[in-house]
Amino acid sequence: MSGKPRLHYFNGRGRMESIRWLLAAAGVEFEESYLEKKEDLTKLQKDGSLLFQQVPMVEIDGMKLVQTRAIANYIATKYNLYGKDMKERALIDMYVEGMFDLNELLMIYVIQPADKKEQHFANMMDKAENRYFPVFEKVLKDHGKDFLVGSQLSRADVQLLEVILMAEECKPDTLAKFPLLQSFKARISNIPTIKKFLQPGSQRKPRTTEEDVARAMKIFR
Amino acid sequence: MSTKPKLYYFDGRGKMESIRWLLAAAGVEFEEEFLETRDQYEKLLQGGSLLFQQVPMVEIDGMKMVQTRAILSYIAAKYNLYGKDLKERALIDMYVGGTDDLMGFILMFPFLSAEDKEKQRALIIQKATSRYFPVYEQVLKDHGQDFLVGNNFSWADVHLLEAILMVEEKKSDVLSGFPQLQAFKARISSIPAIKKFLEPGSQRKPVPDDKYVETVRRVLCMYYDVKAN
Repeated sequence: MSGKPRLHYFNGRGRMESIRWLLAAAGVEFEESYLEKKEDLTKLQKDGSLLFQQVPMVEIDGMKLVQTRAIANYIATKYNLYGKDMKERALIDMYVEGMFDLNELLMIYVIQPADKKEQHFANMMDKAENRYFPVFEKVLKDHGKDFLVGSQLSRADVQLLEVILMAEECKPDTLAKFPLLQSFKARISNIPTIKKFLQPGSQRKPRTTEEDVARAMKIFR
Repeated sequence: MSTKPKLYYFDGRGKMESIRWLLAAAGVEFEEEFLETRDQYEKLLQGGSLLFQQVPMVEIDGMKMVQTRAILSYIAAKYNLYGKDLKERALIDMYVGGTDDLMGFILMFPFLSAEDKEKQRALIIQKATSRYFPVYEQVLKDHGQDFLVGNNFSWADVHLLEAILMVEEKKSDVLSGFPQLQAFKARISSIPAIKKFLEPGSQRKPVPDDKYVETVRRVLCMYYDVKAN
């Protein structure tokens, strides 16, 4: 039975957002089951759906996949977003892991205690602007091509756009010193599947608020 | 030109240890350059060798690879330890994700205060015995095969053995409720390449000590307090 992939997570970005981006970029329609109360999570745990008792979980091709990277790797390979050979994969993996690290920093900002927020903000934007963005700016500058790796769209492009937009939500002028990332952002945002995902009414989730975190904590505690 | 991979890291386990395990399991000889001084690290940084200014870094096949997962995936694929198709890869990725999370609890252990170490040790054992080991025990029980995925030796087996041994260092009888894992441990340990890696004199690194912690702090200027996760 071939149904659409079904995502199990709470109604928010968290670790599932990168998966939503990838599926959307690949033009794959998907369904979502939202965990709203603790019982929703325990039910999934009890019926053996969650290998390590955790979400994200994605039902796809008869499997109940868990572990964000495993899910992303599967989708990227299946939909041809993972480069054409091992060396391109290696580059994509390196870039994507760096973006994952930056994403983590951005993601945990909202859960910082009040007295740590300012320091965390400074640190995360410093990393974005001095560790990560310069790397991708240089990659684009060095090869002068439209995509980060090879000559077609890959998950590296999708995830870079995702992390750029998240960083801009925190600091709108974060790309000021990165002209190539600015044009990259415009270019990738214009790809039809991605353009659609960026429009209101898509399954893209809004920026996580402290209320969202409080609600999620009730489910996961 | 085919040269040995070269690993750049501290003389200790940290994030590089899983890479040493995988190369050893694949029967691949490798060289190591150990970071002992801040100067060495800054030299690597200035030379542009560290894409995100971090180690691990592995020179392999003309690339200076960084990011542990990227390096491990590359090695696994190159040496045929990543399953035979997309579905086996997915299983391997899931299993490795689990053992990675488990070992993640142990990674920062040497940097914790004595009091936090006690709490963390209890947490490691609890996670191992209630969340992670039962999964692999069940997988082996269900298919009755020697290896976790596809009846073939893979990255998932190497990673699980590494995790088992690391948790046993915290509690030597931690496998007592897991007969399948005990047999698995014996079986995988006796694979020649792995057996060799487990012998004294190999490039396997010992349990991290205060000297290791000091070196890391010195090289990375990482003098802040590390909290348990």
